[in-house]
Amino acid sequence: MVPLAFLGVFFAWPVAAIVGLGFGEGGVLRVLGDGATWDLVGFTLGQAAAATLFALVAGMPVAFLLARCRVRGAGVVRAAVMVPFVLPTVVVGLAFRALWPDGGVLPIVLANAFFNVAVVARTVGGLWARVDRRAEDAARALGASRPRAFTAVTLPALAPAIGSAASVVFLFCATSFGVVLVLGGARHRTLETEIYLRTVELFDLSGAAALSLLQFVAVVAVLLVGGAARRRRERGMPLRVEPPRRPTGGEWGVVAAAWLVVALLLTPVVGLLVRSLATRDGWSLDGYRALAGTGERGTLAVTGLDAALNSVRVATDATLVALAVGVLSAVVLVGLRRHGSWFAETLDTALMLPLGVSAVTVGFGYLVTMDALPGDFRTSPLLVPLAQALVVTPLVVRIVLPVLRAVDERLRQAAATLGASPWRVWREVDLPLASRSLVAAAGFGFVVALGEFGATSFLARPDAPTLPVVIARLMSRPGQLNSQMAYAACALLMVVTTVAVLAIERLRVPSGGEF
Amino acid sequence: MLRRALTAATAFALLTGCSVTTGQAPADRERVVTLVTHDSFALSQELLDGFKADTGITVKPLASGDAGEVTNKLVLTKDNPIGDVAFGVDSTFASRALKEGVFAEHASPEADKGAQRYRLDPPNRLHAVDVGDVCLNIDVAALEDVGEPTQLAQLADPKYRDMLVVQDPATSSPGLAFLLATIATFGEANWRNYWGQLAANGVKVVSGWEEAYTQDFSGSSGKGPRPIVVSYASSPSAEIGDDGQPRTKALLDTCYRQVEYAGVLSGAKNPEDAKKVVDFLLSEAVQADVPGQMYVYPSREGVALPEAWAKAAPLPTSSRSLPADEVDANRERWVQEWRTIVQG
Repeated sequence: MVPLAFLGVFFAWPVAAIVGLGFGEGGVLRVLGDGATWDLVGFTLGQAAAATLFALVAGMPVAFLLARCRVRGAGVVRAAVMVPFVLPTVVVGLAFRALWPDGGVLPIVLANAFFNVAVVARTVGGLWARVDRRAEDAARALGASRPRAFTAVTLPALAPAIGSAASVVFLFCATSFGVVLVLGGARHRTLETEIYLRTVELFDLSGAAALSLLQFVAVVAVLLVGGAARRRRERGMPLRVEPPRRPTGGEWGVVAAAWLVVALLLTPVVGLLVRSLATRDGWSLDGYRALAGTGERGTLAVTGLDAALNSVRVATDATLVALAVGVLSAVVLVGLRRHGSWFAETLDTALMLPLGVSAVTVGFGYLVTMDALPGDFRTSPLLVPLAQALVVTPLVVRIVLPVLRAVDERLRQAAATLGASPWRVWREVDLPLASRSLVAAAGFGFVVALGEFGATSFLARPDAPTLPVVIARLMSRPGQLNSQMAYAACALLMVVTTVAVLAIERLRVPSGGEF
Repeated sequence: MLRRALTAATAFALLTGCSVTTGQAPADRERVVTLVTHDSFALSQELLDGFKADTGITVKPLASGDAGEVTNKLVLTKDNPIGDVAFGVDSTFASRALKEGVFAEHASPEADKGAQRYRLDPPNRLHAVDVGDVCLNIDVAALEDVGEPTQLAQLADPKYRDMLVVQDPATSSPGLAFLLATIATFGEANWRNYWGQLAANGVKVVSGWEEAYTQDFSGSSGKGPRPIVVSYASSPSAEIGDDGQPRTKALLDTCYRQVEYAGVLSGAKNPEDAKKVVDFLLSEAVQADVPGQMYVYPSREGVALPEAWAKAAPLPTSSRSLPADEVDANRERWVQEWRTIVQG
């Protein structure tokens, strides 16, 4: 019930309230009858589908490398794929614009995929590390070629995680905002950018409500299709802790592909670092020096370091909430699934919805509802981590659930037969098998919260700026030094991210069977 | 067992408002005035500290988006406002805010020191804090050969072909200001014609100021291909080279003036202290701090501009502007028409 209460209070209620306001003004049908509206829907779904495909193709080799291979630099790859996730969209948009000065559909798709390779690598890698190798080895022994063994044995086993990753990535891309704004200009608009314009600039709440409704319907449809596809595949299978081993033969090709993907992901990152150091007359560290203080003439209210600390604080809070809600949800979902229930499906879909609903809708919804909570919650500093937790929770569920669902029921029954309480079964059987994915979910959630700017930017923010906020502020000012500082702040954000990922990876959930 | 108990306790603690890692809120006994602002708000900490020492009032800024977003949030919450004072509603959105009754009257003793020049309504609910002029900026060196344009009309000349980059008025506040500048210059009858000529002359449209100024414009850090950009009158003050000479220049006959206002919110929980904060924003000390902190010009008369500004960014004297209610009434139609002309 905790997950449902959380979703109800911090998501369903605010969204329903603001959409209800829009409906109160009438004019919704007019927007739905407009041909241009349906073009928006088409473009939104089309670019999201294309970006999802790109992210899947690029993410799979990386997932293989992370899950299966004992090669030098795997730790670096693990952290490197996470870095894109925290970069503010406006910065990434500008980086891609440098390559495609006129913007357009291709850079939008590539930029969206760029952000989401990590989702695929993490979600699929989490399960891949647990899939029993012996089935694959048996297939090979029976004469199947490597690709055949992969498509016939491994791929079906990974399908639930691939489906999970695809639906998350699709939702992220369908609601991506900054990238589309920077690269699409006025020509390519999505539901998300149009909802933003109507809500924030035109104050056309009824138009925004109509589009929010469409977005909602589209998202639910995608989730149902994805869920149906997943369900056909999710089943118990023998999970074990598979130690990574040295790649052999053709596997090196996959490893090389993974390295190529990482190199491509790091290209814009290197570009940012160059811009943080380059001036009109050579190289300088001025941007970093200024960031150590409060910027040129006190541009910033706090030092860059304080902003980094604020970011870490907020992201920690968000991750804790998301882990609590997410793990509880996953446990509930698994329990319900064992008895098969429509309720489980509904809850599963409901948990994903916050990813697919416009951040500006949620933000403005908070404004018209949260004053009813004690202490006028609209301007509470807690609202930011809670709003971020809404986005992080579905990711936690998606990462943990495939592993929990795959736990072999017979193991649990055996433990229960031997007299273990349900709690003890969970602790002795599920937790050890799921622990690595829990850690992965925590690390991933933290990074998403760290870089999250959508929900955050539409909430009223008390003056404790996080790094993304500082970057946005610096970007909007003229002058070489401000620009250098903005990119230096991006570099700082990437350092914080990498350190955080590496630190969380070091955490080991104490348990038997693990490592 | 322990783990789940911890998790539950953590969740409970967070939901009931005491975060694990976020600091505690200040005690209720403090006199706090919440100032709803746009994202670009900044003031020197010394000034805020001094104000607190003098009056005992702590100003708590609440950043709430750009001018439009701030206005709409204030309208949405007018029955139970999220703060006591708001700063950042500009001339484009002011009439919407006034019509909706967002602001309360306040006869400020500081209002006749220059702010009265931008007064919108007789009862004086909104007080001008600063003015920001949106003007064309040029890269001085890049235009040496063809000659600098001085008037908007010249940009339709083929010799400035493919040199201008502007922002989309639907997504960008300077972009909208520039569209309004052309409407104010050429009139309702001729502005469409002018934009038709600009489109034929290769004007580039991007969504935001950041892309235009830091990437397409040749005179700033991005060293892009286009030497003429829509930016602010104050921007050249940040583009002074090592030789002390500004690399860019604002064209002072192409400007549109936007005024940013502050006012006490109707329904403020603390109206008396809120009035003091408005007076503080209009005071000599804050007005002198405004250019360096927010790249805008003080509304108060007789306040000296920073040194770099005197040379590179004087206040334009012939800026245009349109009446706030006219903008409010026509804005959406103008932007739609602009889209049709420029993007076909």
